[in-house]
Amino acid sequence: MKTLVALSLFVWSTTGLAQSGNLKPGTSAPDISLKNVTGETVSFTTFREARGYIIVFTCNTCPVAKAYEQRIIELNAKFAPIGYPVIAINTNDPQVSPGDSFEAMVDRAKTKKYMFPYLFDEGQNITTKYGARNTPTIFLVKHSNEGNIIVYTGAIDNDPEENKSDRINYLEQALSAVQAGKDPAITSTKAIGCSVKRKRST
Amino acid sequence: MSFIFCLNASGQEVGLVTLNQLYDRVDHGRDTIYVINFWATWCVPCVKELQNFERLSNVYKNKNLKVLLISLDFKSKLNESVLPFVKRNKMKNEVFMLNEPDPQIYINRIDSSWSGALPATLMVKNKKRKFFEKGFTYSELLNEYKNFK
Repeated sequence: MKTLVALSLFVWSTTGLAQSGNLKPGTSAPDISLKNVTGETVSFTTFREARGYIIVFTCNTCPVAKAYEQRIIELNAKFAPIGYPVIAINTNDPQVSPGDSFEAMVDRAKTKKYMFPYLFDEGQNITTKYGARNTPTIFLVKHSNEGNIIVYTGAIDNDPEENKSDRINYLEQALSAVQAGKDPAITSTKAIGCSVKRKRST
Repeated sequence: MSFIFCLNASGQEVGLVTLNQLYDRVDHGRDTIYVINFWATWCVPCVKELQNFERLSNVYKNKNLKVLLISLDFKSKLNESVLPFVKRNKMKNEVFMLNEPDPQIYINRIDSSWSGALPATLMVKNKKRKFFEKGFTYSELLNEYKNFK
């Protein structure tokens, strides 16, 4: 029986490997140049003293993203001053998800006093380039001699409901490693979240 | 195999299920096609497409089709959200809550290509399987089911 279970697990786990996903840790982070809720265009070079970036693919409407909103605000407060600012990007098409319109983003950023850019991904090109399919999804990027390199991708932590005594702060652990000049022990994680609301193909 | 069931007032049940329990059931299903939908009460596109799964199982109720609806709501929301939702919508398909602690393990065990975004659906018959990280209209679901048979 054990063999049977192991065998069937093997079959289950070896199918469906071919599909694309998030850009992998170790690969370079595509440049961004997107409109912020302030109306200005933001790119990596906007942050002259940054040593890296915490890119958060998120939105106004996803309950999981909302559950993480305060944590994202706090991450920026903690890590922007030491060179790792948050750059939030709304993944969703506003026609499919009206609550994620540019105007709604502006409102949200104001109400919650975002101290970081919240960018509108017109045409969803950056979301597609990074391969984000799920909100919220993090890409931790560091500056290096080879340019901007992704060092971690996935969830902020393993505790969406904020009720675990044994919470693992994946992103903060990765940041600590990067600051110490090391590779993070965990470079990629997954979490249950909301699908990116894709523009309907016509 | 032990399922823990919670009964709501109208008698619909929402059990907790581990992946081993789920896969064990599928492995013993012989020629049954399992359409396993992963959803949550907080997921708008999930809630929108649930009626399509109800319709499919109703239309094909004498065929070897079993629709299983696996909620990924937090377990703490069983009584507060999931049971009332199941009751309110008079859901006929079997509804479970996934009883797995670690998404780093269970997401890949459901499908390694899955990002974790909801909704998602797995079709299984014996060793044949197809995974979808998307929502379905009824005609899309019907097509995929017919193609899979």
